[in-house]
Amino acid sequence: MFQRPLAALLAALAFFLAGCGGESKSAEPAQPTTSAAVETAPAPEFPVTVVADNGPVTIEEEPDAIVSLSATATESLFAIGAGKQVLAVDDQSNYPAEAPVTDLSGFEPNVEAIAGYEPDLVIAAYDPGGLVEGLEKLDIPVLLQDAAPDLDSAYEQIETLGAATGNPDGAETVITDMETAIDELVASVPGAAGASVYHELGPDFFSATSDTFIGSIYELFGLVNIADAAAGAADAGGYPQLTGEFIVSESPDLIVLSDTKCCQQTADKVSNRPGWSGIAAVTNGNIVEADDDIASRWGPRTVELVELIAQSLEGIGSR
Amino acid sequence: MADAGGLRARMSRRPERAVRGVSLAWSLAAGAFLLVATLLGLALGPVDLGLGAVAREVLSHVPFLGVESSFSETQDAILWELRAPRVVLGLLVGAMLAIAGASYQGVFRNPLADPYLLGAAAGAGLGATIVIAYDLAGDFRPDLRPIAAFVGAMLAVGVAYALGRSVGGRQTATLILAGVTVASFLTALQTYVQQRRVESVQEVYSWILGQLETAGWSDVLIILPYVIVSAVLLLWHRRLLDVLAVGDDEAASLGVPVARVRLLIVLAATLGTAAAVAFSGLIAFVGIIIPHAIRLMAGTSYRVVLPLSLVFGAGFLVLVDLVARTVIAPAQLPIGVVTAFLGAPFFAVVLRTTRTVGP
Repeated sequence: MFQRPLAALLAALAFFLAGCGGESKSAEPAQPTTSAAVETAPAPEFPVTVVADNGPVTIEEEPDAIVSLSATATESLFAIGAGKQVLAVDDQSNYPAEAPVTDLSGFEPNVEAIAGYEPDLVIAAYDPGGLVEGLEKLDIPVLLQDAAPDLDSAYEQIETLGAATGNPDGAETVITDMETAIDELVASVPGAAGASVYHELGPDFFSATSDTFIGSIYELFGLVNIADAAAGAADAGGYPQLTGEFIVSESPDLIVLSDTKCCQQTADKVSNRPGWSGIAAVTNGNIVEADDDIASRWGPRTVELVELIAQSLEGIGSR
Repeated sequence: MADAGGLRARMSRRPERAVRGVSLAWSLAAGAFLLVATLLGLALGPVDLGLGAVAREVLSHVPFLGVESSFSETQDAILWELRAPRVVLGLLVGAMLAIAGASYQGVFRNPLADPYLLGAAAGAGLGATIVIAYDLAGDFRPDLRPIAAFVGAMLAVGVAYALGRSVGGRQTATLILAGVTVASFLTALQTYVQQRRVESVQEVYSWILGQLETAGWSDVLIILPYVIVSAVLLLWHRRLLDVLAVGDDEAASLGVPVARVRLLIVLAATLGTAAAVAFSGLIAFVGIIIPHAIRLMAGTSYRVVLPLSLVFGAGFLVLVDLVARTVIAPAQLPIGVVTAFLGAPFFAVVLRTTRTVGP
């Protein structure tokens, strides 16, 4: 007798709660227990098969014990809303602050130590021998995401992470936001094309060519990368060690320092290097002090770097 | 070991012609080699300044010649603030490594002894790695890396020396074994630190492989006093090295305070090596091939080997660095790679062409 009204009451209550949830969506996490009728997006389908640098990988269920051995992937996972599913990250994953840092190493990965976390998904940027193979033997799905050579590849990796973790919408939002912001920033300095840039990885003049991710960012602005002239650039994997005299003679219009944390380089120090006072970027003050981490990763925070570069290029564009 | 024994026999041989010291011909040859190497080092580089223009620029600094330089401000900075200090650092480091190598070979009567024996390189490597890996060189101490390398090298040699003395007294073999032991231990520590701090691994490797890229004249001025003190002390003892070559007991019977002389020479050679390593990293092979090439060509007396090692080592490293910074220009190679790559075949040629001189 009472079943019908009770069911109606419960349904009304559920509807009301769902409505409340909808209004304060930003404050509260979505309720996975609400009925399918009020959900706007269909639940992600598992199992899914995604393609990473180690080939197609099938993930049976939505992972909730992810181990990330890639600082870039860690940033992306949290940006797309998969942060709650992350169980452990490697010792280099220092962003965002809530990432569960462990002493796992992504450069010298120890398969046993990783397996000890009983992960249902492992993400790595580097397979120094035996990592992927070892995890596959233990039936732990692993996504290898090598350093992206350009933005499109970086977007693909974020998309893959979204599909693999059941957050395709979050990934789509992050990618669209990145694309929009970067397009606007690049368009804001149309006069910068043709200016030359020197990207510094270390005070021993290691640099990055256009073959690298960071180099592809300079290409967006139409900048001429002085490291591209290095004949050995391709052999050095896109990271040749230049000579001081070459940099001085090229007199780049823009210098981007990604050795501000590792090696405490600053615009002042660079300006005071012997023989560097005549470089265009020094005389015009176009030296960007980038965050080493952001400049060496290919994740969502790339936008911050692009913003710094665009700001510095404003002066060059107006000349 | 037969070869080492043969070399050792040759090292202790004292041909008549060498006893008087460096001959006029060799003095002229050494001077010419040094001059040519220095001029080539200044004239050539990844940036083409033009041979004539460099010559005019250099001559314009000589008073009363009235030569006008055609250099722009940038070219001037490249030549005098970047290339010249690098050439001078190459001269100092090459001279130091070669003369230190010759001295170690004499004092230990071991043809394979080099400046990195006794753990100097491993100690320097550990010191520099700790500074690089743990970011100790903040704004207040930008020159901490060379100091740490220096301290590490001196400590390693001190420990090796104490260990060797405590075990084997005057025997040189125990001292060398002690050095190998200390070096292995410190290398393990260095690798451990490096693996714990992988984010700095590139910087560590770059230093280990050796490079002469300088921070300008300030580096040269810091290393200069060590090289002068070390080289003067070693040259001063070149006669005693000849006596030591005969054997400890024989030297002692001639009134040479063997233990004290050996300690002094080891300290002087290590001091100079540590200073060189601190700035240029681990440049292998120079301390082995230069002294042996000179022994094979000019004579085995230390009155010949030490001064000629100094001069030829200096010129050799400048030429090697010239290759390192031009062969894949505008990129550069680590100089340690080039010394071994060019040094090994060079030494093989010397070894073969002078075969008849051998035992």
